[in-house]
Amino acid sequence: MSASILTVDDSSSLRMAVRIALTGAGYTVTEAGDGMEGLTKAGAQRFDMIITDLNMPRMDGLTMIREIRKSGKQTGVPIIFLTTESDDGVKGQAKAAGATGWLVKPFNADQLVKIARKVLGR
Amino acid sequence: MSEDDPVAAFRVEAAELLDSVEAALLDLAGDSTNTGLVDEVFRGLHTLKGSGAMFGFEALARFTHHCETAFDRVRKGHAEASQALIGVVLSARDHMQALIDVGTQGDPMLEMAGEAILSSLEKAVANSEGMAIPRAMPTERKGWHISFKLPPGSMANGTNPLPLLDELRGLGDCLITPRLDEVPPLASLVPTECYIYWDIVIEGDVTCEDIEDVFIFVIDDMDLAITPLIEEPESDEPVEVLPVATVLAAPQPVAKAAPPAQESVRVAAERLDELMNRVGELVIAQSRLAQLAASVGPVNELTLRAVSEDIERLSAELRDTTMAMRMMPVGNLFGRFRRLVHDLARETGKTIELVTHGEATEVDKTVIERLADPMIHLIRNSCDHGLETADDRVASGKSATGRLTLSARQAGGEVLIAITDDGRGIDRERVRAKAEAQGLIQPGAILGDGELFQMIFHPGFSTAAAITNLSGRGVGMDVVKRSIESLRGTIDIASTPGMGTTMTLHLPLTLAIIECMLVRVGEGRYAIPLSVVEECIELPAAEVTSTARRNFLDVRGELVPYLRLRDTFGTDYPADLFQKVVIVGQGRGRVGLVVDQIIGNTQTVIKSLSRFHAGQGSFSGATILGDGNVALILDVGNLIVAAQKNQRLLGERAGEVA
Repeated sequence: MSASILTVDDSSSLRMAVRIALTGAGYTVTEAGDGMEGLTKAGAQRFDMIITDLNMPRMDGLTMIREIRKSGKQTGVPIIFLTTESDDGVKGQAKAAGATGWLVKPFNADQLVKIARKVLGR
Repeated sequence: MSEDDPVAAFRVEAAELLDSVEAALLDLAGDSTNTGLVDEVFRGLHTLKGSGAMFGFEALARFTHHCETAFDRVRKGHAEASQALIGVVLSARDHMQALIDVGTQGDPMLEMAGEAILSSLEKAVANSEGMAIPRAMPTERKGWHISFKLPPGSMANGTNPLPLLDELRGLGDCLITPRLDEVPPLASLVPTECYIYWDIVIEGDVTCEDIEDVFIFVIDDMDLAITPLIEEPESDEPVEVLPVATVLAAPQPVAKAAPPAQESVRVAAERLDELMNRVGELVIAQSRLAQLAASVGPVNELTLRAVSEDIERLSAELRDTTMAMRMMPVGNLFGRFRRLVHDLARETGKTIELVTHGEATEVDKTVIERLADPMIHLIRNSCDHGLETADDRVASGKSATGRLTLSARQAGGEVLIAITDDGRGIDRERVRAKAEAQGLIQPGAILGDGELFQMIFHPGFSTAAAITNLSGRGVGMDVVKRSIESLRGTIDIASTPGMGTTMTLHLPLTLAIIECMLVRVGEGRYAIPLSVVEECIELPAAEVTSTARRNFLDVRGELVPYLRLRDTFGTDYPADLFQKVVIVGQGRGRVGLVVDQIIGNTQTVIKSLSRFHAGQGSFSGATILGDGNVALILDVGNLIVAAQKNQRLLGERAGEVA
């Protein structure tokens, strides 16, 4: 069974770019438009990996990561956040919230797939 | 043996490797330029090192590495396979065995003993090439030593160590060692925590940045040490790349001695196939029989007989195939003695050549195992006391090298194993004098060599002072004889003064099934092992009624004592008119057993008697007959002794009368 990945982003194009890159590499992708939706979806189903933006309306990424980890529904599931080079301090914050790793924007499809392979091992 | 325990499988494999290394070393001692043998030793050591490291026998891998290196040098022509080197590697081989026995957790004392062997190894190699090899191998290798520990909580937050290890393995050849000492007891273990930390040796064209990249997400919080390999001379050359899953699944080392390897038999696949076929056929025959039984009306006798014959044939074949699985070539056993003879030659300062014949002769596995000790004793005797020193040999016109021959062959249902030396032979007169002094024989009694030499097997008989060439150490010859007899075997001795001695062991092919002659005495039926039956005759009418208890039969001019089993077993059942005598012989004794009826031959599966019944002397076991009744198996050896006691008493009485 292919690994299932939840991608959380308020930008639909970015979600689509992520979906196309990951589906092309053989992963199954579920989309959520903001932190709240992401948290809801993460509460209903266990994923193999979650990729999330940090700046989102309704619920930001940091809060969502913290809530997801607190729920215990996705223990051990890698959560990768998308960030920009300038947000150096945010890495520490996100990791403290329970994120596993990050991907610096902008990124291309290869980099994204490489990160998925790295943390999933497949 | 548990089929999925790789460590147990390794132990079995290691024992075989060590045996082949030892055999090759011993061959090499007599043929030091044989490159094929050098290669064999090298390959054996190399495999042992590799598998040892794979299954956590690190001390073994480290130790073996040095021996392997030494032989690699021999292989490449940088050193020669000197006697000194072979001697050291032989003792190293024993040390490796000890390291395997002690298990994966190691033993500091043992490792210190290993250091001593390694320093003699160094000396031996240095002498054979003129320069010492440095103990720590030069590290011209490129690579890194990495040790890392994930930050607490990182596994719950999605960092999985498996992909990290896989990623490292993608960079170069890795020797990955998981450290398990921080794993808590199960009760306090949090499943989402990672308690394992790792030591990794990575080899190849890898930069430090490549390695740091692997840990990019956790590098700020984790313990990570990356050091170039060159600074770590004690870190051993990576031996095998461990699949990560295996490492994680490997059981934690437990601080207790490893359990002894469980018994197992290697069976050729074709023999198993054969067995499967037979079982298949048997099932078919059984269903035919069931059909017959279920059919109403008279059963066709011919059909029934056909099924019965099929089942008979099949069970005979099944028996043979199953027995064959227990058979091992006696060469395995002989192989073990090469080392013994080599060591004895060194101890005694004699030159001894070991010659073996008939290694392919097959014997039951149990027999082989129980044969080792008595044979060691006999071989020790021959080397210690049978063979003379080189000077003595030359003085008596023999070649300086003593020769010890082990030979095996099959003869009917028996296997004959002979241990022959070309030494000084047994001194008849001393044996006789000692036997007379101990009252074992009458002074002046006429005894054949065979009978006289049997005296040696009397408990307390052979002492160094009495018979120099047969003094035992540890166990006496009586113990040897007892162990051979417990295998239902016998020992013959033949010796020619000045020419040598041959001890021949007669052993049954197998211990589980024997051919027996079934006889009836009174109401009871008894089985006599067919291998001891010499002939059957009718008891002459004069003897039947004779009340004079002479109890001797004239069999073609030879007097044979006989026992009336009716009397021995005290039966009241009316005697048959014509009594039969079964003449049995074992070793040197011959005796007639008088029975009511001879029923015929039968295949007998031996069941041992209960402990309660084991003490009596007349029966060696029991078997279940075709009709479900039990027949006792006569212990012929004991009956012969009993009859001969009678004979001796009678002889003495006859002497008194005269």
